[in-house]
Amino acid sequence: MPWTLYEKLWDAHVVAEAGDKALLYIDRHLLHEVSTPQSFQALREDGLQVRRPDTQLAVADHSVPTHDRGGAIADPQAAAQIALLERNCAHFGIEYLALAGEDQGIVHVIGPEQGFTLPGITLVCGDSHTSTHGAFGALAFGVGASECGTVMATQTLWQAKARTLRVTFTGKLQPGVSAKDMALAFVGIVGASGATGYAVEYAGEAVEALSMEGRMTVCNMTIEAGARTGLVAPDAKTFAYVHGRSRAPRGLAWEQAVAAWRALPSDADAKFDREIVIDASEIAPQVTFGTSPDQVMPIGGSLPGGDKLAKAMRYMDVHAGDLIEGLGIDHAFIGSCTNGRIEDLRSAAAVIRGGHVAPGVRALVVPGSMRVKAQAEAEGLDTLFTQAGFEWREPGCSLCVAMNDDRLPPGARCASTSNRNFEGRQGVGARTHLMSPAMVAAAAIAGRIVDVREVLV
Amino acid sequence: MKAMSQVTGQAISLPDADIDTDIIYPARFLLITEKKGLGRYAFADRRDGPDFPIREDEDRPILVAGPNFGCGSSREQAPWAIGDLGIRVIIAESFGDIFANNCFRNGMLPIRLAPAEVEAVRASAENGATITVDLVSRTITGAGTAIPFTVPDSQRETLLNGWNDTTRILALHAEDVTAFEAVQQCAAPWLWTTRK
Repeated sequence: MPWTLYEKLWDAHVVAEAGDKALLYIDRHLLHEVSTPQSFQALREDGLQVRRPDTQLAVADHSVPTHDRGGAIADPQAAAQIALLERNCAHFGIEYLALAGEDQGIVHVIGPEQGFTLPGITLVCGDSHTSTHGAFGALAFGVGASECGTVMATQTLWQAKARTLRVTFTGKLQPGVSAKDMALAFVGIVGASGATGYAVEYAGEAVEALSMEGRMTVCNMTIEAGARTGLVAPDAKTFAYVHGRSRAPRGLAWEQAVAAWRALPSDADAKFDREIVIDASEIAPQVTFGTSPDQVMPIGGSLPGGDKLAKAMRYMDVHAGDLIEGLGIDHAFIGSCTNGRIEDLRSAAAVIRGGHVAPGVRALVVPGSMRVKAQAEAEGLDTLFTQAGFEWREPGCSLCVAMNDDRLPPGARCASTSNRNFEGRQGVGARTHLMSPAMVAAAAIAGRIVDVREVLV
Repeated sequence: MKAMSQVTGQAISLPDADIDTDIIYPARFLLITEKKGLGRYAFADRRDGPDFPIREDEDRPILVAGPNFGCGSSREQAPWAIGDLGIRVIIAESFGDIFANNCFRNGMLPIRLAPAEVEAVRASAENGATITVDLVSRTITGAGTAIPFTVPDSQRETLLNGWNDTTRILALHAEDVTAFEAVQQCAAPWLWTTRK
């Protein structure tokens, strides 16, 4: 029987079945400081150990400061939370990547970077953007804190099988249009809960043409359409990215692994429960205007109206009929697990072209990891950014989740590469417009939302 | 986990769509590493509004929410905070997937109903009627109406018995896990050398 990638991944990890659920074996678990304190506490209360500490990897990312990283963390709560993760990991034998070390970074950036994320595996993390790792053809999904504890103690989780949705992007992207625009366009089409209950597989010419970074961006945003899992079939590009990474298999194990991974893609005649086709060549740079990621539009459009949008538009202080292009901003943020990778920083830097951040605009660049930061500095991108008036920061989640001191004041309007434009997401009363790294860089320089395609001409 | 078979009381109506977990539990409170007592932070940035329906000092155990309730972040602090307010049942047209799962794991019942049914329960809630949600018979009754609901068998059983997923897996499936691991070590040996 022909199978989809999702079905192959699922079937390879079923430990037991009961009624409407399967007990799935979990190959890898990424931990961070926010979703695990209570998980470890539950283990202690039940007198349990971590079954396979070697499959777990921990790093602090959400509450870490992005400046003055040499000394003590100023916020005592953040300092305590990060110290608790380190202590819990030491107690339960889990590897912890130190804040000061060269491997620190956002969980969804460091997993792939280190070859911890591999095709064919199941991977979970107490973070909804775990869907990112599906870019490698891994069954990866976000879980809650108590599920983190269950995975630590049992290496398994009871799960209900999702239905399958294939999203095929035909054609080629226009210059200046990126993976982020594909992701936002998809969320706009299907809606914020439109893919709930589905595992989404992205396919088609435009997906195949994406780099691994681009595929990660697309899979990352899958949760914003309601689906916990986004997938791209592994191919030669995937294998080339994984090869030689520090935790990836090597030698004979590598040969065996690749042979197995080649069998993962959906069979040609596999049946999906639902299919959506999107013409990639028709996608313009996307910008969100509301407080849900599906409230999104192409840069050239004018704002829609209607009762359903009224509340969001009041919060955002935007009005039906207005153009999104030209709307003034006072903050710009480049970073996050969606767009904090080296390719994202390169695409933002390419837009600067000797320009300078507009007066009155504060612009932050926050690399997704220490390795991304080092790579960017080796390429001179940090100099390009700082000379143009951007702040060059240390890795972390920063202004995507605003748990550290990177937080916007009420009423602030931010062009952001992050994944959520929710009310209060970047600070109480702050207004977020999601877009691609190149679009954010262009907006920072112009001081308003502009069409990056015109900047690139 | 606290077992549940029947919940009776008044309901709160919060009809807004797409109430995400950032609204339910704003990120700045995620620095707290405790699990208990989070109710005081629930809906922190909405609570002061004159029309906001949820108050800490009231005993109303049922929440009639809008579509896509609990979307967004996986933070389990969201259901912990709602649970700490005394809410045990949430009724909506649809839920964020991870949020709904988190509810079940914390002795709370998310119920998905068709839009018209949600509105019927909402009307009872707004009239101040006493509503009973019965997990045994899978019906919601109140104000002269009875609405059946479905809930996955496995989740229902877990709620009715107040099971702890972790210890239950260890008790019932330890051998299955070991057997799976033995097979995987042969079939995919590269997964068993994980540290650099």
